[in-house]
Amino acid sequence: MTAQISPDSVWVLGAHMNRFARYADRDLIDLASESAMSALADGEVTVDDVDVLACGALFQASGAVGQRIQKQIGQTGVPVYNVANACATGATAIRTVIMAIKSGEAQIGLAVGAEQMGKMGLLGGGATKKEKKVFEPSGRYGAVTGVDGHLGTETMPGVFAQAGMAYAHDHDGVGFEQFARVAYKNHLHSTLNPLAQYQKEFSMDEIMESPMMSYPNTLLMCCPTGDGAAAVVLVSGERLASMPAHVRKRAVKVSASVLTSDPFTEDCQVQPDVNTLTRNAASQAYEAAGVGPEDLDLVELHDCFATAELIHYDNLRLCSPGGAGAFIDSGGPFRDGTTPVNVSGGLISKGHPIGATGVANVYEITTHLRGEAGDRQVEGATVGLAHVIGLASACGVHILEKAAA
Amino acid sequence: MATARVPLVDYLVLEPEPHLVANECTNCGARFFDRRNACARCGSTDFKPVPVAGAGELRAFTIVHRAAPGIPVPFVSAIVKTDDGTWVRSNVVNCDPTPEAVELGMRVRLTTHPIGTDDDGTEAVAFGYEPA
Ligand SMILES: [Zn+2]
Repeated sequence: MTAQISPDSVWVLGAHMNRFARYADRDLIDLASESAMSALADGEVTVDDVDVLACGALFQASGAVGQRIQKQIGQTGVPVYNVANACATGATAIRTVIMAIKSGEAQIGLAVGAEQMGKMGLLGGGATKKEKKVFEPSGRYGAVTGVDGHLGTETMPGVFAQAGMAYAHDHDGVGFEQFARVAYKNHLHSTLNPLAQYQKEFSMDEIMESPMMSYPNTLLMCCPTGDGAAAVVLVSGERLASMPAHVRKRAVKVSASVLTSDPFTEDCQVQPDVNTLTRNAASQAYEAAGVGPEDLDLVELHDCFATAELIHYDNLRLCSPGGAGAFIDSGGPFRDGTTPVNVSGGLISKGHPIGATGVANVYEITTHLRGEAGDRQVEGATVGLAHVIGLASACGVHILEKAAA
Repeated sequence: MATARVPLVDYLVLEPEPHLVANECTNCGARFFDRRNACARCGSTDFKPVPVAGAGELRAFTIVHRAAPGIPVPFVSAIVKTDDGTWVRSNVVNCDPTPEAVELGMRVRLTTHPIGTDDDGTEAVAFGYEPA
């Protein structure tokens, strides 16, 4: 299955990510600018060709990062959108550029995602007031002090652990071992990816016996914090059609670009519902692209924690309904399985510099569809899906297709 | 002199018997523990307070071993669905914080416990769920 260039289509023209790591010697703007310039060079265009720039850097969302990148790569005066959407920030930047191109306002756009987190440690939870001298109700729940730890957990490993355990409650064949196997797979995959923050294989025992963060998520089942940037250059089909053959050949079609938020569900006020909006995004994306889950040659999905990856097998319809446990046990999402998932190592091992994540997974799919993924290449890949989710919530799904020869 | 007591959150009512109170949308029946400007499901702006059943089922849990400073670990964070269909987030208490002791689907009931005292001597009371 390969795609033809129609004038109203949108394509990835250039893509880049740097290795996710902890960079003491470079700042956020260095990382983002390096990726932006590399993506432009990869697409054989210059900053003067860019009609629109969208930028996502979650922890500096009010810091005009897009304009600060321009100071390094070219102040051309084009519109800049600085976007923030939790862990879906990078996907939101890409979608912003795609909408600008689809509207006809832009022919070529640049989307950049970047984050510098260093060793932030545990995210979520404990964002409580200093212990009060006097108990006085405040806020919409009339709380007299912080509720984290008293009324459940607000930590990310815990919130996503509960999402996985809710799935385990409703479906057979899902437990600690299945969640651990997800992490085993992603650590194994990362050994082939030189851009991954960690590139080390761990045994099932090592994973299950590593320090418990929030049962069933052990330390090796949680993504690390880190630094990184990724960028993609997008182009309209109309403009791409006039570009040289060798450029057209490496372009990758965006067959679907979808962003959803979480619709009301009965339990959504006490636990973030990460399922319904992902299911909705997947359905919309499959319909827009005219492909089904069985057509996918590879998937990069949002495995912030092992428990999250497992439930998204079902949400993205990569397995039979309720069959996520059997899917991982059968080897389906491994590199050599029926639907390889997170061959990059995923967030768990490749890393999760938040703003960069949703751009990096589009880079990953693009690289495989071009046949340029080196040792980790999924042979003959022609269709791939990139998924991210940010709590609160936002879900981005992009389906990409290889260009017709 | 008796110790003054306040609930940790305003949807916990301590007297005469401890129970939770939800804001129920009079149009569609959706329940919220916080103040809503309009119903997130149907958009109605009319709510009435309703008592929430104390008994329910443990629908999801996690045993938290790493938390922010000052929060004692391990503890069991829980998602409970009460017998009247209301979803609640709290802790499982009076139960070993181990995967062997905590069971998905187990029956639980509301209970309360003090969590601290302020400089005026007022005690804050939280709720949790214990195995029933
Ligand atoms: Zn309503």
